[in-house]
Amino acid sequence: MNKNLRWKLIVIVVTLLVFLFGIFGIPKSWSGQGLLASMTDRIHLGLDLKGGTHLILQVQVNDAVNADTDRAIERLKDDLRNRKIAYADINKPDPVNGPDKLVVKGVPPEATSDFRSLVTDRLPEYDANSGPENSWVLTMKAQALSDMKTRAVGQAIETIRNRVDKLGVSEPIIQEHGLGQYQILVQLPGVDDPARVKEIMQSTAMLEIRQAMNGGASYKDEQAALAATNGILPDNSVLMHGRSIGASGEAGDAVYIISRVSAVAGHDLREARVGRNSQTNSAEVNFYLTADGGRRFSAFTGAHVGDYLAVVLDNKVMEVAVIKSEIGDSGVIEGRFTDQQAKDLALILNSGALPAGIKYLEERTVGPSLGADSIRSGVRAAVVGMLAVLIFMLVYYHGAGINADVALILNLIILLGFLGFSGATLTLPGIAGVILTVGMGVDSNVLIFERIREELRNGKTPPSAVDQGFSHAWITIVDTHVTTIVSAFILFIFGTGPVKGFAVTLTFGLLANLFTAVFVSRVIFDYVLGRKQRGEALSIG
Amino acid sequence: MELFRNPNIDFLGKKWYFLAFSLVFSVAGILSMLFWHGVPLGVDFRGGTLVYVKFAHTPSNDAIRGALDRVGLPNAKIQSYGPAANNEVLIDLAGQETSEAALDKGKAQIISALETNAPAGKQDLNNASSLTIKNYLMEKDPLHLGTDADARYTTLAQAIMDYRDKSQGGVLHSLDELKGVAGPVAVTSLQEGFFLSDFGVRNVEIVGPQVGKQLQTQAKLAVLYSLAGMLVYLGVRFEWIYGVAAVVTVFHDTLITVGAFSLTNKPISLTVVAAILTLVGYSNNDTIVVFDRIRENIKLMRREKLADIVNRSINQTLSRTILTAGLTFLTVLALYLFGGEVLHGFSFALVIGILIGTYSSIAIAAPILVAYQEWRSTRGKKQISMPADAGKRDKAKAGV
Repeated sequence: MNKNLRWKLIVIVVTLLVFLFGIFGIPKSWSGQGLLASMTDRIHLGLDLKGGTHLILQVQVNDAVNADTDRAIERLKDDLRNRKIAYADINKPDPVNGPDKLVVKGVPPEATSDFRSLVTDRLPEYDANSGPENSWVLTMKAQALSDMKTRAVGQAIETIRNRVDKLGVSEPIIQEHGLGQYQILVQLPGVDDPARVKEIMQSTAMLEIRQAMNGGASYKDEQAALAATNGILPDNSVLMHGRSIGASGEAGDAVYIISRVSAVAGHDLREARVGRNSQTNSAEVNFYLTADGGRRFSAFTGAHVGDYLAVVLDNKVMEVAVIKSEIGDSGVIEGRFTDQQAKDLALILNSGALPAGIKYLEERTVGPSLGADSIRSGVRAAVVGMLAVLIFMLVYYHGAGINADVALILNLIILLGFLGFSGATLTLPGIAGVILTVGMGVDSNVLIFERIREELRNGKTPPSAVDQGFSHAWITIVDTHVTTIVSAFILFIFGTGPVKGFAVTLTFGLLANLFTAVFVSRVIFDYVLGRKQRGEALSIG
Repeated sequence: MELFRNPNIDFLGKKWYFLAFSLVFSVAGILSMLFWHGVPLGVDFRGGTLVYVKFAHTPSNDAIRGALDRVGLPNAKIQSYGPAANNEVLIDLAGQETSEAALDKGKAQIISALETNAPAGKQDLNNASSLTIKNYLMEKDPLHLGTDADARYTTLAQAIMDYRDKSQGGVLHSLDELKGVAGPVAVTSLQEGFFLSDFGVRNVEIVGPQVGKQLQTQAKLAVLYSLAGMLVYLGVRFEWIYGVAAVVTVFHDTLITVGAFSLTNKPISLTVVAAILTLVGYSNNDTIVVFDRIRENIKLMRREKLADIVNRSINQTLSRTILTAGLTFLTVLALYLFGGEVLHGFSFALVIGILIGTYSSIAIAAPILVAYQEWRSTRGKKQISMPADAGKRDKAKAGV
C-alpha cells in the first residue's frame, strides 16, 4: 500500500473512533441495552420526544416602569414640598401606553429654574419639558427606559429559574426568546401537567404590609366600602380586594380600605417557612424580615398600636390583624391553606418577587406516551429509508455500491457523534433531518459514480476515470451543499425548538457528507484500484 | 445495472407541454387558495387551542360533541386523527378566542367535559401526573415504608406512568392491569382514590394570537431570505440569469407545494415551512447540477446553439437526476409512510416538493435560460457565456 493512502486510512479510522465515542462515550456494558443506555445518556432528546411542557411568556415590562414612575412621583412630591415649590397635582396621563410619562400641573412660572434644577438633581433619568398652562411633562430618558425593561426581563428569568429549580424539574431551559419582545422561553422536560408550575411561575409574589384603615373593616363590594366612608376615602388610601374573613370561615371576595404606601415590601423579606397553627392545626406561612425591614416594621407597629395592619400579596389582601404591640421582624400569613398551597407560597416568596407581571403566550405539552410513539415511528422510518438506499446502491453499482454504503454509514456515525459532542438536542424533525441526510448525502456518491461511468464509456482507464469523476463532480457537490446549508442556516435562525433541531441535523449531516462522500469514498476507490492489475475492470455496475 | 444509457430526449422541444402542465397545477393551487380552502394555517400561525385525545374505545363523535356542548364549547371542531385503530381525536377550539387566558381556559374545559364518568372525590389516573400519584401514595402509605418512602414511591409512581405511557400508549383500561407493575397492595390503595376515564390527553398546543402573528412574519421572512440567498449565491457562482432562472423555478415549486396543501386542505404548520425551505435548497441542487453541466459544455461546444447544448446537458445528467431524486424520494416516502402522524404534513410537503423540484429543474429552469438567450439574439446581442476567469477558478479549486 502506498504511504499516502495509509495515512488517509488512519485519518478515517481515527475519525470513526472519535465519533463513535461521541455517540456512546465509554459504555458501562457492551450489551444492546447498555449501548442504548449510554447513547441516550449522550444524545439529548428534545421535548417532543421525551415529553414535557414548552412555554413562551411575556414580561409585562410596563409594570416595572409603572412601579418606578410611581416611586418617582412620591419622591417628587416630597422634594417639591421640601424646596417649597408650589404645585397643583402630579399624575400619569396614560399609565397603560405611556408609563414613562408624568405630568406636574400648576407650577408657578417664577419657580421654573428651581423646578428644572430639582429634576436634574433628584430625577436625573428624566427629561423635563414645559407644557401648556404652567404644567411640566417629565419623560423617562430612552436609555434609562430600555435599560429598565431589559433589567426586568433579566430579573424575571432569574426569579423563574429559582422557582423552577425548587420544584425539582430536571434540566429546565429558561432563556430570553425572540428579538426584543420581552419574551422568555421555558422548557420543562417531564412536566405533563403544567397548571401548577404555571401558577407558581406567574405569581409576582409581591409581599407588602400596609395599614388597614377604618378599623380593618371589610365590605362586600366597592360600593359598600365607599358608602361607609361617605364616598370619600381617607387620605392616601385605596380600595383593595381580598378574601373575606367572616365568622363562618368561608372564603369569598371582600373589599378593604388600605393605605397607599407600604410599611415593608418584598425586598425586605428574608425568608418564608411553612408552619402549622397551634390551635387550628392548619398550614400557615411564617415570614422573617431583613434587619432593615425589621427596624422599619417595629417603628411602624410601635407608632400604630391599636390600628390594623394588612398583609398584601400581589395586590390582594391576605390577612388583616390588629396591632396589639410593637412587633419585631417576623409575621405570619394564615389564610386557610392546604399543605400544598402553603408550601408553594413559601417557595414563591423565597425565590423573590417578579419585577413585573407575566403573561403566557404559548403552551405546548407533549405527553410522554406521544413522545415514546414519536421515537418509535421516527426510528422505524429512518431504518426503512436507510435500508432502502443501502440496498439500492448495492444493486445498482455493485462493488462501488459497497463504497457508497460505507460512506453513508460513516456519515451517520459522524452526525450522531456530533450530536453527542455538541449537546445539541435531537427532535422529531431532527430525526427527519437524519433521514433526509441519507437521501441527499447519497446524491454526492451518485454524482461521482455517474461521472466515472461516463468517463469509462468515453474510453478512459479506471484510474483516470476515477480521477476525472471526482474532480468534475467536486464543484457540483460543493454548490449543491452550499444551497441546502444556506436554507438550513436560515431555518436555524428563524426556527424554534423542533425546527431548530431539524436545521442542526441537516447542516451537520451534509457537512459530514462532504468528508465521507468525497474523501472516504476516494480512499476506498484508490485502495481498490491499488490492488487491481493494470487494465482490470472497475466494479461500478 | 443501468437505467439510462446515452438518452437523447428533446426536452426543450416539449417546453410548451411543460408550461401547460405547470400552469394547470399552479392555477389550480392559486384558485384553491383564493376561492376554495384558502391557505389552511396550522395552529402555529392562526393561534388557538388544540387538544389531542386518545380514547380507550372507539370514540363516538356525537357523544364528544354533546359533552362539549354542555360545557359551552359548541364551536369546537372534532376530527379523528391518525389510523382509526388508534382511537385518537383532535379537538380544535378554532381561533375565535382572542386572548391568551381564554385559550388556556378552553383546555381545562375540554378535559372536564370529557370526564363524564368521574365518581365523586376520585382522581383520574389516565390524566394524572406522576407527582399526583406519588403524593397520593405518600399520604396513604399502603406499603408502610419507613424513611425511604419518598424515593420508593417516586420510583413506583414513575413505573406506573411508564407502563401507562410507554407500553399501553397512554390509556389504561383497568386498574388491575397495574398489578404486575405496582403489586396488588398498592393497586388496591390506588383503586380507593383513583378511577379511569376512558381517555388520555396526548398533546396540547395553545398558541396565543400574538405569537401566531409573530410566527407568520418570521416564516415569510425566512422563505424570502432563503430565496434571496439563492439568488445571490447563484449570481456570484454563475451569471445573474442563472440565479433568476433558479429562483423562478424554486418559486414555482413552492407555489405548487403550497397549492397542494390548499387543495387537500392540510394545515401548514411550522414544520411544513421547514420542509418548504428544505425544498428551496433541494430544488436548487438539481438545477445547479444541470447548470454546472451547461457551463462546462458551453466551453467545450462553442459553435453549437445554446438550445442544443442545454438539451445535451440535461440528457447527460438525466441518469443522475432521476437516481438521486428517486433515492431521496425513497427516504422521504419512508418518512411519509412510517414517520407517524406528527410528521405527516412535513413529509407530505417533501414528497410533493421532491417530485416537483426534480421536474422543474428540467422543465422550467433550463427553458428559461434558452428563452432569455433567444430574446437576446432577436435584439442582436451575443450568446450568453461564462465570465472567462470562472472556468479557471473552478479548475484551480478542483485541483486539476
